[in-house]
Amino acid sequence: MKEFLIGRLSMEALPHEWFTIGGSAFFGALILALVVILTVTKRWGWLWKEWLTSVDPKKIGIMYFIVAGFMLIARGGLEALMMWLQQALGSSDMPGFLGASHGYLSAEHFQQIFTAHGNIMVFFVAMGFIFGLINYIVPLQIGARDLASPFLNTLGFWLFVAGVVMVNMFFFVGGEYAATGWLAVAPLSGTEFSPGTGMDYLIWSLQISGIGTTLGAINFIMTILKMRAPGMTLWKMPAFTWGSLCSMIMAVTVFPLLTATLFLVFFDRYFDTHFFTTALGGNAMMYTNLIWMWGHPEVYILVLPAYGVFTEIVSTFSRKAIANYTSNIIGLIGVSLFALSVWLHHFFTMGAGADVNSFFGVMTIFIAIPTTVLVFTWIATMYKGRIRMTTPMLWFLGFIAVFTFGGVTGVMLAVPPVDFQFHNSLFLVAHFHSNVIGGVLFGVFAGISYWFPKIAGYRLNERLGRYAFWCWMIGFSLSFIPMYILGLMGATRRLDTYDASSGWQPFYVLMLIGGIIIAVGVALQLAQIIASVIQKRRLHDSTGDPWEGRTLEWAVPSPAPSYNFATIPQVTTRDAYWEMKKQGIPARKFEDIRMPKNTASGIYISIFAFLVGFALVWHINWLAIVSLIGAIVCVIARTFNDDTEYVVTAAEVEKMEETRMAKVRALHAEKDTGPDEDMGLLEFIKLVITWALNVIRTRRWRNQ
Amino acid sequence: MGVERYKDKTMAESVATSEMNHEAAANDRVMFGFWVYLMTDLLMFAVLFAVYAVLHGNTEGGPGGSDLFSQPLALAETLILLTSSFTCGIGMIAARRGNKNQVLVWFGITFLLGLAFLSLELQEFAEFIREGHALSSNAFFSSFFVLVGTHGLHIISGLFWMFVTLVFVLVRGLNRHLVRKLALLSLFWHFLDIVWIFIFTIVYLMAYV
Repeated sequence: MKEFLIGRLSMEALPHEWFTIGGSAFFGALILALVVILTVTKRWGWLWKEWLTSVDPKKIGIMYFIVAGFMLIARGGLEALMMWLQQALGSSDMPGFLGASHGYLSAEHFQQIFTAHGNIMVFFVAMGFIFGLINYIVPLQIGARDLASPFLNTLGFWLFVAGVVMVNMFFFVGGEYAATGWLAVAPLSGTEFSPGTGMDYLIWSLQISGIGTTLGAINFIMTILKMRAPGMTLWKMPAFTWGSLCSMIMAVTVFPLLTATLFLVFFDRYFDTHFFTTALGGNAMMYTNLIWMWGHPEVYILVLPAYGVFTEIVSTFSRKAIANYTSNIIGLIGVSLFALSVWLHHFFTMGAGADVNSFFGVMTIFIAIPTTVLVFTWIATMYKGRIRMTTPMLWFLGFIAVFTFGGVTGVMLAVPPVDFQFHNSLFLVAHFHSNVIGGVLFGVFAGISYWFPKIAGYRLNERLGRYAFWCWMIGFSLSFIPMYILGLMGATRRLDTYDASSGWQPFYVLMLIGGIIIAVGVALQLAQIIASVIQKRRLHDSTGDPWEGRTLEWAVPSPAPSYNFATIPQVTTRDAYWEMKKQGIPARKFEDIRMPKNTASGIYISIFAFLVGFALVWHINWLAIVSLIGAIVCVIARTFNDDTEYVVTAAEVEKMEETRMAKVRALHAEKDTGPDEDMGLLEFIKLVITWALNVIRTRRWRNQ
Repeated sequence: MGVERYKDKTMAESVATSEMNHEAAANDRVMFGFWVYLMTDLLMFAVLFAVYAVLHGNTEGGPGGSDLFSQPLALAETLILLTSSFTCGIGMIAARRGNKNQVLVWFGITFLLGLAFLSLELQEFAEFIREGHALSSNAFFSSFFVLVGTHGLHIISGLFWMFVTLVFVLVRGLNRHLVRKLALLSLFWHFLDIVWIFIFTIVYLMAYV
């Protein structure tokens, strides 16, 4: 009976180790603080109506940013620092503490940390940021008012959130995450070697958010292919939209493979099937193949939109159209095509034979060609351009340096005989971090600082942004160049301890120092955002076009109204807005606009999806069935609801536009009394301390 | 007064046409999106087919496909499902014409044929289970049950979807939303037919190669 009711759950599942107690205390305190703030300021209704149930891709984009940023700092980044600290302390001649034989983490705990670090950084940080950017920017760039299916978009977002909750769930119930490495290779991921619930948490957090990704990707393909402004042919589409389109097409191509593969692993664990087991005919190598068929394209799914971001930035800040747009786009398409036939380079050592290895080695080297084309179009765009060294541009230049480094080492790794030496070494780890940090993360930071004025209505503080950038660059070099060297010296990845006579410790210490500098960079980025909010009057963007942009997103006011475009623009050329500015912006003609109604269905379905996952982690079959039925009922209720739109009449649109203009004029007229430059670090610290002292003295949050 | 009415009429007309355009565009998008979804589903099946291709020989001394499968049964299943696709197509023509009763009749027949297919499939599964085989017996059975069972699960969801849609047709009548829903459903149903053709070939026929 007890087993029927609560499955594998028991008292032991409650937090009882320092990190699960700490984790649940942290999350508990966070939730409590949120509840208190929302209740005191009476913002529950506002939060629900304006944000959580919103179908506006701009709001969903911002929510993606918030969730991904939180996961970057609270989980992924923290775990990176924890691993570096362990490795710096992990020399075999140093005594361990906190019950560990070396360093301060037990071997098991260290494994859980690197597993979670990989899953979180790829699924919940990089994917979250990329989806956030696509949500916010793509509809604006193509001159659309909304997405093809606003509902699928909120559903995708909330499934992503359900995945985030699932990946953190072990802090509250369960006590462990998978200790298998982020891709959980078989047969290690089977019940025989990973009997605990950690692996199930991994499966279901990836499964639920992966399904959300597939739905989101379908939606963006529909949107980009079917909802572009009149006149915008595919070859007039902005580069970021192109990058997003390529990325989303790849996502619908490979995410189903992930879904199917995870289901098979789940069957192996739940129904004792023999897909990837060692006994009764299972084939573990098939798992490696299947998961990398998804896993390799996945990194390109992340980096293609980032390429697009850089193309936009380099063109805007060089005041030039992209040099050879066609080559650039063909480069993007080439990368996406090649990326589908290189997965085997992740396991040259598996023994597929010389023929197979050579094919995949050659394909992997080929992929450098379209990538190089991209790099050259970017550099050629800068050539003879009028370059402005803003922070987005700095991130771009940093990207070129770091990413090229990562690319070249990638070509080294693509040669099978060489790979036999480097396989599973820190050299490989340094290589792919150069690409995902240098490519994806720098792309996201560049994109956020580039489009921040569009999102918030004021630009970011440039000074602190520069400091943050340099911290990242220096910290990155300090932590990953030693990692390359260590790899060449023979250090394998995922070591929690190593022999003192190897002489590796100084390098690990350097890596830790680099990690701390990166952490300072992240702190500066947070300070940058806060300082920009403080100085928003000064940084205010009244034109909607602070950088003299070229693409349509700059044609609308900042922040963009809910319907994006009061009048849908007519596109005749590439860089449509640049052309409009030259030709004179056409007079606006207001029309009725149909907008989708807010809906909470996505939230309900995701809650049920989460419960299905949770029930299957703990083998509570009745709950899984009940929740599945709940989810289906919600889907039916939503899809047979015909009343999902409302009309904003032309008169209302005109009125809204007018109020907005009046507001902007008022803000513009208001004199900013502050200093005439972006606040520096010292000034920021001084301001924060004065504010804190003031709060303590007067016991009031704001001066009235 | 007359001018007023005239004005209203043109306005009503223009609203109607823009609504039509809006509706047609939305239909077009949804159909396209559903095609993309079908492709993702097909890729999931591709994984299961690949897995079956790799594992079907791994019977670990137990019986293999040629010892177990009944060709007449598989042929009967195939014919039933193909017929159901045909009736589904006729039902769709009726839906486009707005003939509610014919929609109910033809989709009703489709539903019954789907049910017949499902019962044959379940019978086959039940027989294997009676003989002592299960998902966990060996890799061959794992991949067989999961591949064919996933198709069966799709059939179940298709039938469920059909049932719910027909209930709505019965209650609300054939409005444009429901016609669109039926169009998506018939796409889904034809898609399952195609997947079954591959299952019939790769699982049932090639077992004897």
